[in-house]
Amino acid sequence: MVDSSKTLGSSQPIRRGSLYIFLRQRSTIAFMMVLPLLLIIGCLVAYPFFYSIYLSTLNKAETAFVGISNFLFLFKRETFWMVVQQSVTFALIAVVFKALIGFIAAHAVNNIPSKGQRKWRGMMLVPWVIPPALSTLGWWWLFEPTYSSFNWILEALGLSAIPWLSDTFWARFSIILVNVWVGAPFFLIMYLAALKSIPEDLYEAASIDGASAWQKLIHVTIPMMRNIISITVLFSIIVTFANFDIVRVLTQGGPRNSTHLFASYSFRVGIESGDIPLGAAVSLFMFPVLAVLAFIILRNVRQRTVNI
Amino acid sequence: MTNRTRNTGALGALIGNNTSLNSDRKWALIASYACLIVFVIFFLCPPFYMLITSLKTNAEIADLSTNPWIIEQGLTIEHYISLLTETAFLTYFKNTVIVAFFVVLITMVISVLAAYALSRLGFWGSGVIATGVFLVYLVPDSLLFIPLFKIVGGLGLLNSYWVLVLVYPTLTVPFCTWIMIGYFASIPKELDEAALIDGANHMQMLLRVFIPVALPGLIAATIFAFTVSWASFLYPLAYIYSDNQMVLTVGTVTTLIKGDVFHWGGLMAGALLAAAPPVILYAFLMDYYIAGLTSGATKG
Repeated sequence: MVDSSKTLGSSQPIRRGSLYIFLRQRSTIAFMMVLPLLLIIGCLVAYPFFYSIYLSTLNKAETAFVGISNFLFLFKRETFWMVVQQSVTFALIAVVFKALIGFIAAHAVNNIPSKGQRKWRGMMLVPWVIPPALSTLGWWWLFEPTYSSFNWILEALGLSAIPWLSDTFWARFSIILVNVWVGAPFFLIMYLAALKSIPEDLYEAASIDGASAWQKLIHVTIPMMRNIISITVLFSIIVTFANFDIVRVLTQGGPRNSTHLFASYSFRVGIESGDIPLGAAVSLFMFPVLAVLAFIILRNVRQRTVNI
Repeated sequence: MTNRTRNTGALGALIGNNTSLNSDRKWALIASYACLIVFVIFFLCPPFYMLITSLKTNAEIADLSTNPWIIEQGLTIEHYISLLTETAFLTYFKNTVIVAFFVVLITMVISVLAAYALSRLGFWGSGVIATGVFLVYLVPDSLLFIPLFKIVGGLGLLNSYWVLVLVYPTLTVPFCTWIMIGYFASIPKELDEAALIDGANHMQMLLRVFIPVALPGLIAATIFAFTVSWASFLYPLAYIYSDNQMVLTVGTVTTLIKGDVFHWGGLMAGALLAAAPPVILYAFLMDYYIAGLTSGATKG
């Protein structure tokens, strides 16, 4: 920047002043244009984050500084460790199934004649478009103990009814099921876009070399999709890990706090029980996980930009 | 797309005499359709069941001897009528529309201006800001809702839907800026040079050149901002508790459930009507919707 202005200035000494003003004007304009964005990020993202750290060091009445004793208190709570375990297993299992279903569905859509692809893709994207809080309400009704229409099917098939939301295992299963239902279409769309961008001649070359369908998948499709797969998975881990809507509507954390995630547990502690500092401490535990994932995503995105 | 089908067509003709390959293709096609049918049933079963329930009479919903998946005793729209006349549903709807309108407006103005400056007027720190925008996009709402609760409480905005107009842009602006940067960066530099030679200033260039050329991106970003502000659940649940200030997601989930008996028909009718605007928008603008979804990750 400095270099170019110097050479320009020396070759055109008369216009140096106006050029300088122009540059200054340009950067002033640019700054003014970015200012609203910076204000939003600064006042409503960065400031609340540091404020959250400050809040987490106060006592329940927010009158005295207590250091890290909120965190130490959480470490001694069995419920908290259950939340940690549940958040991690929930996020990992749900993302694996979302990625798998998305991958299979994307291949299936890509395989059929292109005339019908739009229609099938359109139908499978519906779960992604309905606000999750509202579709979870529909799932809740499907799981409802007395009227559960899933149990009606099971009983019609001669099987026994399942206590979907009142048993710890099945409640956790249901949360994952609903999350997979909401999130799988996102993977489908990303993978379909990635599949379409693979050059056809790679497959032709593989066919000429006598590759089977399986070999084409392993040696052409997956290497070409690797980047998009990793970014989608990492991104989805963040969203799934921080999920709130589904747990809140479906189980409210129950039975016996066994389905709480960080978000729903901090809502319970911070907003409903009124212990804001403790709630802030709970939600802050998400930050290290999110920061590591964000770092890896950023590296991936950067690498790809360099490759292009 | 046409290129691609022509390619496979040529390939098909080339291997047309090879019957084993042809039957392989046929089986692959059958397997694909089988998968698709299973997935579509899985994906559409909850909305279908919600629709069925919302059209049943209360007597049939309560009758355990009937098949819950079909309507046997005649359909009724009484749930929809009582939802619109006896509950605060229309108030929620109005509040949601107001919030969504202002959030989309604010988001688009802020992110288009910022994206223009960041993609064209490279200045000191613009690279850092672009990266920062991407990172902020990864911050989930559940990380910051507690400090924001204190902050909006301090501003006296608690329990008013205007608080949502204030906080939703933190969820929408980063992503919209990010995809607009991608769209603006793909506009050839010759275009703005030509406009500069014609004596256009930055505002004219943005309005006359960049926005028309990047219109698909603008539509995708608008849809995204609209969907987020329509669907958000955590912020309104935490910050709003009066009936007359509530938005659809929270209003449907919390107030319609109240009472000893769950009115499942009315509840499902409410959930479906509340979900209708984004679903209808999606039905008409599916391609923009998908472009917005994929460009977040594919435009680095």
